[in-house]
Amino acid sequence: MLKVSKSPWLLHYDGSSCNGCDIEVLACLTPVYDVERFGVINTGNPKHADIFLITGGINAQNAPVVKQIYAQMPNPKVVVAVGICACNGGIFKDCYNIDGGVDTAIPVDIYVPGCAARPEAIIDGVVRAVALLDEKRKNMRKEAAQ
Amino acid sequence: MKVSVISVLLYLVLGPVAGGLLAGIDRKITARMQGRRGPSVLQPFYDLFKLFHKQVVVVNDVQDFLVWGFLVFIVFTGGLFFAGGDLLLVFFALTLAGIFFVMSACSANSPYSSMGAQRELMQMMAYEPMVLLVAIGFYDVTGSFSVSDIIHAGSVPAIAYMPGIFIGFLWILVIKFRKSPFDLSTTHHAHQEMVKGLTTELSGNILALVELSHWYENVFLLGVVGLFVVTNAWWSGIIAVAVCLLSYFSEILTDNIFPRVKWDFMLKSTWTVTMVAGVVNLLILTMIR
Repeated sequence: MLKVSKSPWLLHYDGSSCNGCDIEVLACLTPVYDVERFGVINTGNPKHADIFLITGGINAQNAPVVKQIYAQMPNPKVVVAVGICACNGGIFKDCYNIDGGVDTAIPVDIYVPGCAARPEAIIDGVVRAVALLDEKRKNMRKEAAQ
Repeated sequence: MKVSVISVLLYLVLGPVAGGLLAGIDRKITARMQGRRGPSVLQPFYDLFKLFHKQVVVVNDVQDFLVWGFLVFIVFTGGLFFAGGDLLLVFFALTLAGIFFVMSACSANSPYSSMGAQRELMQMMAYEPMVLLVAIGFYDVTGSFSVSDIIHAGSVPAIAYMPGIFIGFLWILVIKFRKSPFDLSTTHHAHQEMVKGLTTELSGNILALVELSHWYENVFLLGVVGLFVVTNAWWSGIIAVAVCLLSYFSEILTDNIFPRVKWDFMLKSTWTVTMVAGVVNLLILTMIR
């Protein structure tokens, strides 16, 4: 059966990450992990994306950016916070300039902890996000029917 | 008449199927060349299905209309070609479709989209002379612009008379298939300096229409490749399909070997190839005929 989840297109945004998690996110696309075999494409364009991967915590500068990217993505969409900084601020949590995790700006569906998050963990997060996409699609249909 | 109606219907139905499969095979071969497993061959169909089921976000009404224009004129182009129509009209319709696409990108007030539109215009400027030379070449060889006349012109394939024009056409196919090194306006590779360009502001079902148009367009372009080989013998059709697949593979290989170039190199090299391979071939043709 054809499902929305058969073609999850990613958008990767680096909030205030140290690049550790970003390198691991890109590692998922390399021959060793090759997430493209699941149809995953790194789009770089919010209007084309289904899954929003964010690395790094939220601060005053990137909060509006994250909100705008989230708003530009068409439904159904899933947000995945990659790495401990994106989950709750990590070691930067108590810094004066850090608001906290991604969920201080937009609703987060999947949390992938780790410092840096390992590619296996990221792929696991994406797979869970993909399952959630189908669910959200169903809910969209139900809402449209009502 | 009957044959042309059937072939148009076949193109309308099987065009997207073949185009989607070609795109899937492209992704598989590309992945294997990079040492990856790659997605399923049916992946482009999954993508299309997904795009049709996304939320509809309308940037402006004009854009949707223009993308529909792109699809309609691409289908018209291919339909006319497979009906055995006039090759000149086919190529003019192709240009018109391209203009619709550029206008749709221009209509959105977005820097990436307009950059893509400008680059697409540059690409059209680069490949358009060669496209016209192809039509003139076929006329010189067969004495007709009509595709059905060209097919039934004789037992010697047109490529025997115009190998230079064929090489020139393969060159511009890189631009038309949006393959690296000439994928300036929009690309499928995420590592380029500007990725989506033309299609930046398109999403959901409208982006799906663009994908669908590209599939129709690719099948039509491979049809033109086949026209170089096909003769009035029935088995030439098989050779034509083989040559089409071979040239498609060579485009994939090119895509994976060369990095993107700047627009001025694209323009200069394409016009040089057009002059050296195309015009010289045409001059020789005119002299021996």
